[in-house]
Amino acid sequence: MTGYIRKDNRKGIRNVIVVTYLVECAHHVAEQIARQTDSEALPVHLIGFGGCAPNAYAQEIMERLCTHPNVGGVVIVSLGCENFLRNQLLEVVKESGREAALIVIQEEGGTQCSISKGVEAIKAMTPTVQAVPKVELHWQDLCIGTVCGGSDACSGITANPAVGRTFDRLVDAGATCIFEEPGELIGCEAMLRERGATKEVGQQLYDCIHKADVYYKKMGHDSFSQGNAEGGLTTIEEKSLGSYAKSGSRMINGLIRPGEIPPTNGLYMMDVVPDGEARWGFPNVSDTAEIVEMMASGCHTVLYTTGRGSVAGSAIAPVIKVCSNPITFEHLSEDMDINAGRIISEGATLEEIANELLKCIEQVADGQMTRSEALGHREFFLGYKEFCRK
Amino acid sequence: MQLISLHPNDNVAVALCDLKAGQEVTLSDGRILTLLEDIDFGHKVAVRAIKQGEKVLKYGLPIGSATRDIEAGEHVHIQNMKSDYIWRPDR
Repeated sequence: MTGYIRKDNRKGIRNVIVVTYLVECAHHVAEQIARQTDSEALPVHLIGFGGCAPNAYAQEIMERLCTHPNVGGVVIVSLGCENFLRNQLLEVVKESGREAALIVIQEEGGTQCSISKGVEAIKAMTPTVQAVPKVELHWQDLCIGTVCGGSDACSGITANPAVGRTFDRLVDAGATCIFEEPGELIGCEAMLRERGATKEVGQQLYDCIHKADVYYKKMGHDSFSQGNAEGGLTTIEEKSLGSYAKSGSRMINGLIRPGEIPPTNGLYMMDVVPDGEARWGFPNVSDTAEIVEMMASGCHTVLYTTGRGSVAGSAIAPVIKVCSNPITFEHLSEDMDINAGRIISEGATLEEIANELLKCIEQVADGQMTRSEALGHREFFLGYKEFCRK
Repeated sequence: MQLISLHPNDNVAVALCDLKAGQEVTLSDGRILTLLEDIDFGHKVAVRAIKQGEKVLKYGLPIGSATRDIEAGEHVHIQNMKSDYIWRPDR
């Protein structure tokens, strides 16, 4: 596998420029800059934060995304009066050795000047970004996340355990792997505690599930529904195990919050549920928000298991779609990378699907586009949250 | 494939299509199991006898316990098993 080495020594599998807006009011200008400069030779991805009120979580996630190993340069688009710390973001990007430019619309003199300045900034940084040195990649250089979305009765028996096998193999090969969503692991806390690398980590894993349980109850989100029982699930622990299967079986090195980079290789769990009072709405409003958090913690690519059939991809990092249901795969084949439903339709083994997935990750890391990438999917969402733990 | 066993230690398997009572299905270890009840897609069937109070194992892990003796070939669901999940927030 060949990738790109950045000046901060992080290694990426893509080489993109990011245009980010820091408030919804700057969205249009940022979008025009990205649209006018995006090319096959140097993709320009649009990301942004819509809120005006300040939020330390959003600031940190944005700083992480703008210094993601797949990113070579950043154009920051600010309206001027929003609360986002634009100069801090600019400094963080510059310090990482990446190309950076800041456009403040109120200072530039309006929409058109700002778009022109942004386009010029990208033209100016293009040669440097394109000249980024190539480097050989090994499994220990890669960070791989997993999320599930649009799950069905097949997810827990095909795609999720196949990802679990893949995670075991990746961890054994020295990669970093991240799984998440404590709200979908309620009932698995005792097992998670057993898998902690230390007693302390085990207890943290256990406690974060409890926090999720309390938070979701306040949101009025029941964990087990009548529909689950009709689909054949009997107990909460059975339902959570379907999601838990994605984590594989290896020791869990630690619990990280979104945007925290795993300090070592190996397996980590991400706690996506905000700390403190339940006042920020649902922990993740969409699957895209989960992918964004995974990327902020350094994921080069995300294994996205789906049964009903999500078509979403992501800005910055390629998303590998693992379809759990053979009928969905047939129906939405152009959007799916891996057919884990073959376990049902053809009697394929979990091991065979894991082999396919490993091969796919290797090819994607080496530059091959995933289905969602080739179709132009670059979904992005970043909202408000709060974490006490540093 | 009509049934999938997710772990060698499991005492239940999952139906991969709607199955009918009386139907004979082949298990992953080659044994033939006669279904005693209809098993809908996604639902569980006992692949060996499970005693009352015994853990029901799927993914090689307990998903609850049998509330009565269950014969091989029976549907395993809310009528004969229950959750062991008790949240103890004080811990």
